Amino acid sequence: MNLVRNHVLISIDAGTIMAGARAVEKALVEEIAKQGLSDEIAVLETGSIGATGQGVVIVVYPEGVYYGHVTVEDVPQLVEEHLLKGRQVKKLLLTELPKQHVIRKEKTGLLKEQPRIVLRNSGIINPESIDEYIANEGYEATAKAFTLKPEGVIEEIKQSGLVGRGGAAFPTAMKWGFARKTPGDQKYIICNADEGEPGTFKDRLILEGDPHKLIEGMIIAGYAIGATKGFVYIRGEYSLSIERLEKAIAQARQYGLLGDNILESGFSFDLSVMKGAGAYVCGEETALIESLEGKRGHPRAKPPFPAVEGLWHKPTVVNNVETLANVPEIVQHGAAWFKGYGTEKCSGTKVFTIIGNVATPGLIEAEMGTTLRDIIYEYAGGIKEGKKFKGALVGGAAGAFLGPEMLDVRMDFVNLKEYAAVLGSGAILVMDENADIVDMLESVLHFFKHESCGHCVPCRLGTAQLVKIIERVADSKGTKGDIDKLVKISEVMRDTSFCPLGQSLNLPISSSLKYFRNEIFARIQ
Amino acid sequence: MDREAILKKFKPTLDNILYILHDLQDNNPQHYLDKNDIITCADYLNVPYSYVHSVASFYTMFSLKPRGRNIIRLCDSPPCHLMGSKSLIDYLKGTLNVNIGETTKDGMFTLETTSCLGVCGVAPAMMLNDEMFGNLTPEKVDSILGKRRKEI
Repeated sequence: MNLVRNHVLISIDAGTIMAGARAVEKALVEEIAKQGLSDEIAVLETGSIGATGQGVVIVVYPEGVYYGHVTVEDVPQLVEEHLLKGRQVKKLLLTELPKQHVIRKEKTGLLKEQPRIVLRNSGIINPESIDEYIANEGYEATAKAFTLKPEGVIEEIKQSGLVGRGGAAFPTAMKWGFARKTPGDQKYIICNADEGEPGTFKDRLILEGDPHKLIEGMIIAGYAIGATKGFVYIRGEYSLSIERLEKAIAQARQYGLLGDNILESGFSFDLSVMKGAGAYVCGEETALIESLEGKRGHPRAKPPFPAVEGLWHKPTVVNNVETLANVPEIVQHGAAWFKGYGTEKCSGTKVFTIIGNVATPGLIEAEMGTTLRDIIYEYAGGIKEGKKFKGALVGGAAGAFLGPEMLDVRMDFVNLKEYAAVLGSGAILVMDENADIVDMLESVLHFFKHESCGHCVPCRLGTAQLVKIIERVADSKGTKGDIDKLVKISEVMRDTSFCPLGQSLNLPISSSLKYFRNEIFARIQ
Repeated sequence: MDREAILKKFKPTLDNILYILHDLQDNNPQHYLDKNDIITCADYLNVPYSYVHSVASFYTMFSLKPRGRNIIRLCDSPPCHLMGSKSLIDYLKGTLNVNIGETTKDGMFTLETTSCLGVCGVAPAMMLNDEMFGNLTPEKVDSILGKRRKEI
């Protein structure tokens, strides 16, 4: 790497591309060349810094100054003022950023106090460069894992208390242990990147911002369970994620980090990317496996669980992107270190997507057990336009509505369960005083009707009936009997549906009635 | 590219079916899988026509009827709904004079709704072909569509 005076990082992710980041990047490079600064200033691409809706975001180092809403027209001024004369361009400065603190890294500008384990490299390194990943301690965990026995790796993960970050919160080490113990000539590790839970985009930003972290997690998981082949099943809509991951896989192969006899450990492992085609139900692990095999994405009957009989009837582990991205950090720094974050019962951090009527929507990583109030008011800048908090839909469409009395609830998998809520994928949709709960519930039920795969009767017919009823209620034509029916049907679906899709609808319905009963009843005749 | 050339990129194993269907659809000027696409795929993978049809009809990214030159996919999941996607759907229906799933008379646009696109920070959002657009308003939609009309 040449020694340069300034590094200009430009965030290239789906959100900033939308705002014109590619054009701004091109203009920056040209303008810097025009001013004769090409030898002194490097323009680097990076993933999302976590703040969304801030237009094109660039960061100038070593100052650590953040600029937002940068347009091509701003570029000449930015280059001349900041990069040539050393004066910050005030009108473009980003002042409302979520707090962030990067572990074992210097505090970076305005982003403070976020413990970043999963996102430690996101928005800081160039995701398309394996060298930058390696320079940030990348693939050290792989080397360390190979010095342990596979059982030793599983034990470390077990001690860390890591549970699945996709929403189900199943202990990761237990899944791995089952697959390890099941005899089989071929085993598989699959990464579930079919992120479809409404309001969730954490996996996309991990994939776009730090794809090598996922690859490393999968190598270690493969080693632990004895799998020589891995698949990453990504949503078809996530084109940038697919592109970056494929590039990263090619680089890792070139460096001998994928392929035969990795780091002369005797362990061989390779990865393929599989592109989905738009089906929410494929986020369910057995439906995902069916889809990978080239079938309709219908869920399978369990047991046998995938760890015993999964892809092509072989022992298979399916883990979420965020779960796997935690693995290298745990292996490298140890279970005790990991347990230093979060709560006693639920260790580590969680990546939340916080959206809706908040001042600064985006992606944050916070310790397990952070309160909903802190997430909304400390990290997301509070409610937009100073309005009042009305409620939040936590955990996506399959999640729970929470009212203002729940603002101080600690957000982790274990604690929320006690309040009959879920953390789910970590999506937090915040609603201000103007939101209409009936209207939101209608939207949730519409979503499920559209995404029901039709495989089992309770879900196929239940979702259709629920939508009819809620439409009646929304039209102020409903009766008290309709509300009873909503509850009853969703309870039957919870108890009899074939997979979690149909089973989870009861939660948004029962929770909306728990916290917003009066508002819902005010709509009926 | 003809169909044979697309098929040759993939081994004739069932796990490649989604990739093959994606590529066949991308290659079709009307952005859908026609009968011949399905037949060719079925023959190549050595499965019945009905099998390929059942897979293609399951996934929302595949269409079995002809679509316009541009596909608008407006997100109607709860986060975009909260931020006003419903009024945008009504606006698009009116300005294009079509219902959801229909194509304009000039064959320029097909209007679809989609589940969460994962860009909720800039809700309401839509995709126009492969490109994402966020923070939408009727005025912004007009300018995006107007620009697209001029480009062609």
